[in-house]
Amino acid sequence: MLGRKIARHGLTLVATVLLGGFLSATLVRLAPGLDSDEAALDPHLSSQSIEALRQARTEQHNIFHFYLHSLRLAVHGDLGTSISLRQPVRSLLHDRIPLTLRLVGLGLLMGWAAVMALALTAAWLRVTAYDLLATVLTGFLLCVPAAVLALLSVFWNIPGALAIALIIFPRDYRFARNLLDKAYSLPHIITARAKGLSELRILFWHVVPAVGPQLLALAGVSVSLAIGAAIPVEALCGLAGIGQLAWQAALARDLPLLMNITVLVTLVTLLANSGADVIGYVWRGQQA
Amino acid sequence: MSFWRRVACSVLLLVLAVSLAASLLAPAGYARQDREAAGAPPSHAHWLGTDEIGRDRFARVLYGTRISLLLAPAAALLSTLLAALIGGLAGYLGGAWARAAMAVTDLFLSLPWLFLLITVRAMMPLNVAPAFSVLVTFLILGLLGWTAAARVLCATAGSLRNSDFVRQARASGIRGARLFWIHVLPNMKPVLYAQFWISVPAFILSEANLGILGLGVAEPLPSWGSLLKELEGLVSVGEEPWKFVPLVLLVVVVTSFQLVLSKQDEVAA
Repeated sequence: MLGRKIARHGLTLVATVLLGGFLSATLVRLAPGLDSDEAALDPHLSSQSIEALRQARTEQHNIFHFYLHSLRLAVHGDLGTSISLRQPVRSLLHDRIPLTLRLVGLGLLMGWAAVMALALTAAWLRVTAYDLLATVLTGFLLCVPAAVLALLSVFWNIPGALAIALIIFPRDYRFARNLLDKAYSLPHIITARAKGLSELRILFWHVVPAVGPQLLALAGVSVSLAIGAAIPVEALCGLAGIGQLAWQAALARDLPLLMNITVLVTLVTLLANSGADVIGYVWRGQQA
Repeated sequence: MSFWRRVACSVLLLVLAVSLAASLLAPAGYARQDREAAGAPPSHAHWLGTDEIGRDRFARVLYGTRISLLLAPAAALLSTLLAALIGGLAGYLGGAWARAAMAVTDLFLSLPWLFLLITVRAMMPLNVAPAFSVLVTFLILGLLGWTAAARVLCATAGSLRNSDFVRQARASGIRGARLFWIHVLPNMKPVLYAQFWISVPAFILSEANLGILGLGVAEPLPSWGSLLKELEGLVSVGEEPWKFVPLVLLVVVVTSFQLVLSKQDEVAA
């Protein structure tokens, strides 16, 4: 059963990445102005060279041909060359992935620590004033654009990871708060509280098993949020990660580079969601 | 209607009315440059001071608010209609249609929203006329923002398809498009309203994000995104607090939308 679930997730992942790649390739081919080649304006080129450039462009006109060609090269590790940065895409990604992973990982860690701390305290205390305060704080953070939080983090010299944490925290807090609230209203947990079990024991023996899979799914979704948040944070804080690279590629209309980053981000997001789903499934299976 | 919801509606109407009266309140316009007063602090002539090339910040805030407040709902309307058509039809037809539509929806949802926006925005030419950049920015928001709503509407239409009154209508001979338009779509109205209200603040924030990243509305047209970009050069909060006025206004407007849509959330649930 678990094997079938993993296989289904694997197939969905491959199909989505292939379809996403094809859609990206189609958009790249259809994007206005992408047919012209600046290199053809070089006065030093001979007419044969210009003809060769034109021929290379013509070969890429067929979207299927273009996609299959890109796919074949990608399988062999060649992700093409960035138009704007004039460097192999593979080395660009290789240099920048560690920073983004560290930033997103730390941001998720801090964001989730804040979410759990605040949501658990709210569920334990059940004080209206505290709840209201948390709601106002998260409501305020939800109303501030992610890019403004990134700008303010530069202004106040706050680490980029904390800015990511501040972006994901309000979005996850409300769901986590509701889940914990529902869990603490379950009859067996009310009974455990009435019998005087310590809060920590109730949390780890009764609450976590009840809401763990849902919280895990939420954590999977927040990976996507954190990657999205990495764009403004890296771009505006001057951090050389994938988010900044995507932003630079967008500003320079470096679509082949953007296409590769899109596929990479889709892959990471799907892996995170599928991973959370499979772990949640195993968890539920063990409980049953 | 609760007290806070009434306050939120009043705030939204007031901000909208003031922004619509921009030409009366700030006759100088958003593009006129007063180079002698570039970067000036608030004064009688310029209530919120001027930007680095001497444009009146108050006028720019008013015109920017107008653009965001008029076009975000337009984009939300477009995305809600698309969601109703794609999600609603997929749910109504069911089977392979629903699966195919949801696969495409999942594909869009698998990319972070801001990432998807900048990718698609980059497909369009960036060096365009300001009016065209407004159109492109909000059109992209409208054309890409339907996916999450489509999921909800697909589920709603799916449950309506099997409801008693639809079965009864089908039994009495009403079929196909007529059944969808007359019986299914009108019953999706509460969910459609909720999705519309959820999309408006989301699109306002998205435009602001795009603007700050330089991928939104092009100069000299003002928008909340381009106005917030000024915070990039901020030296000290205490020295130039008036630069925060667009942010405060944005937070107030989005908070008001959140308060208004808290009722819509209940409907959607």
